Amino acid sequence: AASTPKPLPSTGPKSLREMPHPLATSSSEEMGPALTPSPDLLLPRSIADKDLSLPNGTPVDTSSPASSSSLLNRLQLDDDLDVETRDLFVTVDDPKKHVCTMETYITYRVTTKTTRAEFDLPEYSVRRRYQDFDWLRNKLEESQPTHLIPPLPEKFVVKGVVDRFSEEFVETRRKALDKFLKRITDHPVLSFNEHFNVFLTAKDLNAYKKQGMALLSKVGESVKYVTGGYKLRSRPLEFAAIGDYLDTFSLKLGTIDRIAQRIIKEQLEYLVELREYGPVYSTWGGLEVELSEPLEGVSACIGNCCTALEELSEDMTEDFLPVLREYILYAESMKNVLKKRDQVQAEYEAKLEAVALKKEDRPKVPTDVEKCQDRVECFNADLKADMERWQNNKRQDFRQLLMGMADKNIQYYEKVCVT
Amino acid sequence: RAVESQGEGQCAPVESLWRRYSEFELLRNYLSVTYPHIVVPPLPEKRADFVWHKLSADNMDPDFVERRRIGLENFLLRVASHPVLCQDKIFYSFLTQEGGWKEMVNETGFQLKADSRLKALNATFRVKNPDKRFTELKHYSDELQSVISHLLRVRARVADRLYGVYKVHGNYGRVFSEWSAIEKEMGDGLQSAGHHMDVYAASIDDILEEEEHYADQLKEYLFYAEALRAVCRKHELMQYDLEMAAQDLTSKKQQCEELATGTVRTFSLKGMTSKLFGQETPEQREAKIKVLEEQIQEGEEQLKSKNLEGRDFVKSAWADIERFKEQKNHDLKEALISYAVMQISMCKKGIQVWTNAKECFSKM
Repeated sequence: AASTPKPLPSTGPKSLREMPHPLATSSSEEMGPALTPSPDLLLPRSIADKDLSLPNGTPVDTSSPASSSSLLNRLQLDDDLDVETRDLFVTVDDPKKHVCTMETYITYRVTTKTTRAEFDLPEYSVRRRYQDFDWLRNKLEESQPTHLIPPLPEKFVVKGVVDRFSEEFVETRRKALDKFLKRITDHPVLSFNEHFNVFLTAKDLNAYKKQGMALLSKVGESVKYVTGGYKLRSRPLEFAAIGDYLDTFSLKLGTIDRIAQRIIKEQLEYLVELREYGPVYSTWGGLEVELSEPLEGVSACIGNCCTALEELSEDMTEDFLPVLREYILYAESMKNVLKKRDQVQAEYEAKLEAVALKKEDRPKVPTDVEKCQDRVECFNADLKADMERWQNNKRQDFRQLLMGMADKNIQYYEKVCVT
Repeated sequence: RAVESQGEGQCAPVESLWRRYSEFELLRNYLSVTYPHIVVPPLPEKRADFVWHKLSADNMDPDFVERRRIGLENFLLRVASHPVLCQDKIFYSFLTQEGGWKEMVNETGFQLKADSRLKALNATFRVKNPDKRFTELKHYSDELQSVISHLLRVRARVADRLYGVYKVHGNYGRVFSEWSAIEKEMGDGLQSAGHHMDVYAASIDDILEEEEHYADQLKEYLFYAEALRAVCRKHELMQYDLEMAAQDLTSKKQQCEELATGTVRTFSLKGMTSKLFGQETPEQREAKIKVLEEQIQEGEEQLKSKNLEGRDFVKSAWADIERFKEQKNHDLKEALISYAVMQISMCKKGIQVWTNAKECFSKM
């Protein structure tokens, strides 16, 4: 009878290379002797040797023909990749409005520069609209269900007041889409995804999409291998902790979002009063002779303060808030992955039981599941580590931005009040 | 010193406070009446006006009482430094005499001199030839009053809003603290940054307290505008009386002339009745003429002295007004400068706090 799986070591937010090879450390008794631990840590290719596939039958993405050593090098690099060693660069820019009979929409230019062999050309430039990005994300979720896919900016504009075609909205969206692609680019596995490749390179994406749809219906697979009905026995502490963390995290970010919005609102109200305040000094100046100059000076100062404050509020709205919301979305999708993980574990446990009951020596199925679980955990931990680092840097980035803005505001005051 | 002791009297219990303020009022009234050509320094406000929400409008509030004390002290200093007013005996005894001061003031009978017509704020005197400078000045003082009170009102609203902005940042402090509890590497940074947010939120109290001082300086000149206006009105009144007296004199002269020559140029009831009911006897007419001539002489003398009074008034009033103008320009310039300095210091504090927070974040 197959033994119950050892509780996997709690890995915590470590970097990829610090983690022990899951296939090596987990109970090797359960694995077939044919599987040799390879230096490729999480390369799908090694598992492909055993003709494993994901429980739902989707073949694992093994399109990468890159040599294992170069991949290893890549994987061993710190997340703050040196520019010289990176071989894929993607940017989103140049939004343009398209007016058609049926609809009006915006497209963005997606530029790719690469030396990777997976790409036929070293450079690509295509135009994509939000729909296309959405499609890409869905495809990634389908094909890499154990990975955390970065979030997209919100599809629908909540406030009916916001203009979909306003400069600020388009720019905010562009930045978010750019970040989305860059995160995928930086990901050691996602960046090799076939759909991602097509997204970056195809002239006619719609044709490919249609083709994909047909294929899907042929195979008749369901994307979700979250098979309901399996009850989880015990969730490893580690994941329970992550779940809790994500809950609290989203909560706190939500609070910060509300606070920031409140501050912006208060600042705008303050601005309204300031706008009335300045001119009164001017009026007074008109009344006086000797004092008119200093009074006009004060009026002008206040005017400058108004401008600076306006800029501050704008910057906060455009740069600070979207990042917060993005992370909340991220947390949401992470939680979904956790749920899937739970399901996988549940399924595994159930199958294990079934096997035990059947008294069959068929470790293959459970092994599949366990390996899958391993991978989930690995990636999860890795990505969580990523996320922390990203959080760190991003927070630093936009806090600095906030600080810089406050500074700018304040320095403005200084310069201006010296009159 | 004498001035200080009066000021400190304000710290005494409730009854003495109110009595004291009324004594200040009495002093000021006395000075206004006794020196109509002087722009008499104003008293601080009786009730708290132009408050923004955090400041209480309560007259018993210790902050308000303190600011009023400073205002009263300032009033006395102004009077003491005025070349004319400082020599007044009543003022001197206000500073030095404990009891019986009130009676002394009332004994001067200054209330009799006070022209009740001045109290009627909206009354206008139809003056034909006012000194143009005074008309302009009165216009200026009206405008000044209006603009300063507008300014003070908006400033109060601005302060209110600014208070709100700062205080909401305090919420950051709390949420950062809560967030730091679930973080590992980011925890410390968040926690200390949160602390700085609290500091930021708390700093607004002192900032706005200081700004009240600026508001008080403006308020002084708001009330000064009224004092200025009062001088203008006194001139108007004098001019009006003068013109009335001249008019009266002219009509008496006319009457006299008519009686003497027997021609009736102007309609008069007396003339009509005498025509209807019989002529006067020459003796009667002579008597009337004599009376009128006496009145005319009196009137002429009065007119002369009124003219003189008027001119003196204009001269000395204008001298004091010039002095006042210089004082005002100087004071307000300083007030504006110190306001700017306050703003700069507020900004510097802001920079400090945010720089500290930034550092905390960078250590995350």
